[in-house]
Amino acid sequence: MIPDHPPAPPDFAAAAAPPPRAPLMPAQRGGAPLAALSAAATGDEHPASAPLSIHDMTVAYHRKPVLWDIDYDAPAEKLIGIVGPNGAGKSTLLKAVLNLVPKASGRVTIFGQPFARQRRRVGYVPQRESVDWNFPVSVFDVVLMGRYGRVGWCRPVSRSHRAVALDALQRVGLTDLRNRQISQLSGGQQQRVFLARALAQDASVYLMDEPFASVDAATEKAIVAVLHELRARGRTVLVVHHDLQTVPEYFDHVLLLNTRVVASGPTRDVFTIENLRRTYGGRLTLLEEAAHAMARGAQAR
Amino acid sequence: MSTTLAEFLWLPMDTQIVLVGALCAVSCALLGVFLVLRRMSMMGDAISHAVLPGLAGAFLITVWLQGCARSIHALPPWLSSLVDIDPRSGPIMMLGAALVGVLTALFTEWIHRATNVDEGASMGVVFTILFALGLILLRRAADGVDLDPDCVLNGEIARAPLDVVRIAGIETPRAALSLSAVLALNAAFVTLFYKELKISSFDPQLATTLGINAGAMHYALMVLVAITTVMSFESVGSILVIAMLIVPPATAHLLTDRLGTMIVVSAALAVACAVGGHLAAIVVPGMLGYPGVSTSTAGMMGVVSGALFFVVMLLAPRHGVLSRALRRAGLHVNIVREDIIALLYRIDERGLPSSHRPAAPSAIRRAIRAPRWSGWLALASLRSNRWVERRGTHYHLTALGRDRAAQIVRSHRLWETYLDRHIAVPSDHLHGPAEQLEHVTTPALLDELAESVENPPRDPHGSVIPPAASRTAAPTAPDPDASPRPTPRRDVPPDNRR
Repeated sequence: MIPDHPPAPPDFAAAAAPPPRAPLMPAQRGGAPLAALSAAATGDEHPASAPLSIHDMTVAYHRKPVLWDIDYDAPAEKLIGIVGPNGAGKSTLLKAVLNLVPKASGRVTIFGQPFARQRRRVGYVPQRESVDWNFPVSVFDVVLMGRYGRVGWCRPVSRSHRAVALDALQRVGLTDLRNRQISQLSGGQQQRVFLARALAQDASVYLMDEPFASVDAATEKAIVAVLHELRARGRTVLVVHHDLQTVPEYFDHVLLLNTRVVASGPTRDVFTIENLRRTYGGRLTLLEEAAHAMARGAQAR
Repeated sequence: MSTTLAEFLWLPMDTQIVLVGALCAVSCALLGVFLVLRRMSMMGDAISHAVLPGLAGAFLITVWLQGCARSIHALPPWLSSLVDIDPRSGPIMMLGAALVGVLTALFTEWIHRATNVDEGASMGVVFTILFALGLILLRRAADGVDLDPDCVLNGEIARAPLDVVRIAGIETPRAALSLSAVLALNAAFVTLFYKELKISSFDPQLATTLGINAGAMHYALMVLVAITTVMSFESVGSILVIAMLIVPPATAHLLTDRLGTMIVVSAALAVACAVGGHLAAIVVPGMLGYPGVSTSTAGMMGVVSGALFFVVMLLAPRHGVLSRALRRAGLHVNIVREDIIALLYRIDERGLPSSHRPAAPSAIRRAIRAPRWSGWLALASLRSNRWVERRGTHYHLTALGRDRAAQIVRSHRLWETYLDRHIAVPSDHLHGPAEQLEHVTTPALLDELAESVENPPRDPHGSVIPPAASRTAAPTAPDPDASPRPTPRRDVPPDNRR
């Protein structure tokens, strides 16, 4: 779906110079020196400050490798598209980072520390189909769940947490629908509920699994606006994305994935037809190549 | 008369039975809400069968340990007091049941994961095997002492008043005490871990990434289901447990779409089932001509819960079968209403003399092809809204009705224009889709539509498109008998509906 007024192509020069960093949460201070120490101790070649570092990670389902020897450092304060064919392991990559699926080998660090110690700094937007939308909760209830990790066991949700959730709802434009039961929303609105929930987590690194999948134009615009806002606040966002045509428009960096990392880096350097063909094997159709060429043309103009 | 009859029929015994039934029903319903929402309703059924080997095993092991302990001569005093514990006592049975509850959940998941056997089937495999194993163990135990399989599986609620203790001078069934403890446990669990249960039931993956261990919540729930089942079996029997775990929560889910409300409504329904079931057990046999015959109270409580479910299924405000049918009928009548006024508008537009107006009720119904009932309802509602009035045998639009009709016709003709220009639908195929779209077009959408086709004066068939609502100056209300309007366009088919 193409919005009526396509957003201007990203200005790479502006993206390269990081915007002033928004003040971080108290929990985020003090992480960096520790991480630097540990990196120095192990002589690791990965920068300890990277929002997300994946070290030689392999994931297998029933002995069949889904991800093979993934080694990747996500650049800070960038919007990163994860692109690859179906079954390339894109969703699995996110789940493995979040410890939702077991890793056969390798490890993952968030700002130099294991995920289990950095839960609050990572926000997750799962695929919309992963939950039962008939569940008896309101839109606001779902967004409030983003705060549960900070509320603590057996405690009631305080007013300040509610305020954060309300603010998140407003940022995705769903304030008016906050008391609806979630099955009474359109698909795009449901996707925005998940986005608002992730915003309520107030994380530093966001992992989003196909947020643009089958959404309406209004939602697509809203999501893009939220992504830009997150980058402006110094957050790093990794997005599993299917639509090749919009990749250069939406993302500063790409990670081309097909079981292994095919290529990664700034979109303009890495998102080339040769790399795409390597990623998709023979599966990249003529039409997709044409779409890619069109997108490139639009960007050049 | 009714009070004396009630006093005569309602004995303290009845209060005790209802109390035990209600305690059990509410304990089950509290946990059942989460079983139903996690789409594992049958887990209650499975665990309630699978606990049998846990009970028998706990009994056999306790007896064996006590035997060993007795053979030792110099026992420390704390141990010798343990030796005299009745192996059938609550805590021991609960321990065995809790263990098997967790094992059932673990095995089910393990088989499902390891073999790709569907979850329902793996649950079936696990609980039938455990149940069979339990029967064998129970037989073995029963050879030695009196652990009666009948008693374990088919407790009878009507027997609850036979085993009472005095508390503050009131005779209380022993079962009511143990079930109160279970209810307190379940209520505390649901209250304290409300937030965690909610998120781990709705989105276990997110819960896990937030550090709320969804797996732990799952097994905690299974343990409580197992304990509740075991504590209820002896006093009320298995049928009531299985019914109360599932039916009140499923009923409540039809009535509400908030989790907190659903829990409260489930508990209230559970109490209603206990009271209603016991009343029915007293009354129904008499009604069927068997006075004085008592029937299974627990069974009747289950039946009442089923009856409540079906009543709610029919009548629930939003998800009920009846209300959905009514809503559909309401929408249908509304469409017929709009069709009628649009038809009258088009007749006015053609300016036929009143003798030729096909506006008699039967002609209208034929023209809009509506069933008799909805046509009648729609006309009645239009007349009561004063959108349409009857002059002689014919219907006419009022000024109010004409404004409304103009918007529907406008919507229809704009859609035809849109489909013609943007989708290139052949001109003889324009009417059908436009006919459907005109009824669902909101004013905002209508404005957007008009803009996208640049506010044309006429539609593809050449008909004038009525202006937008705000600017509608009383449309040229044609006096049918005055000067005849220009001749009808040749492309208008005779059904008056373009």
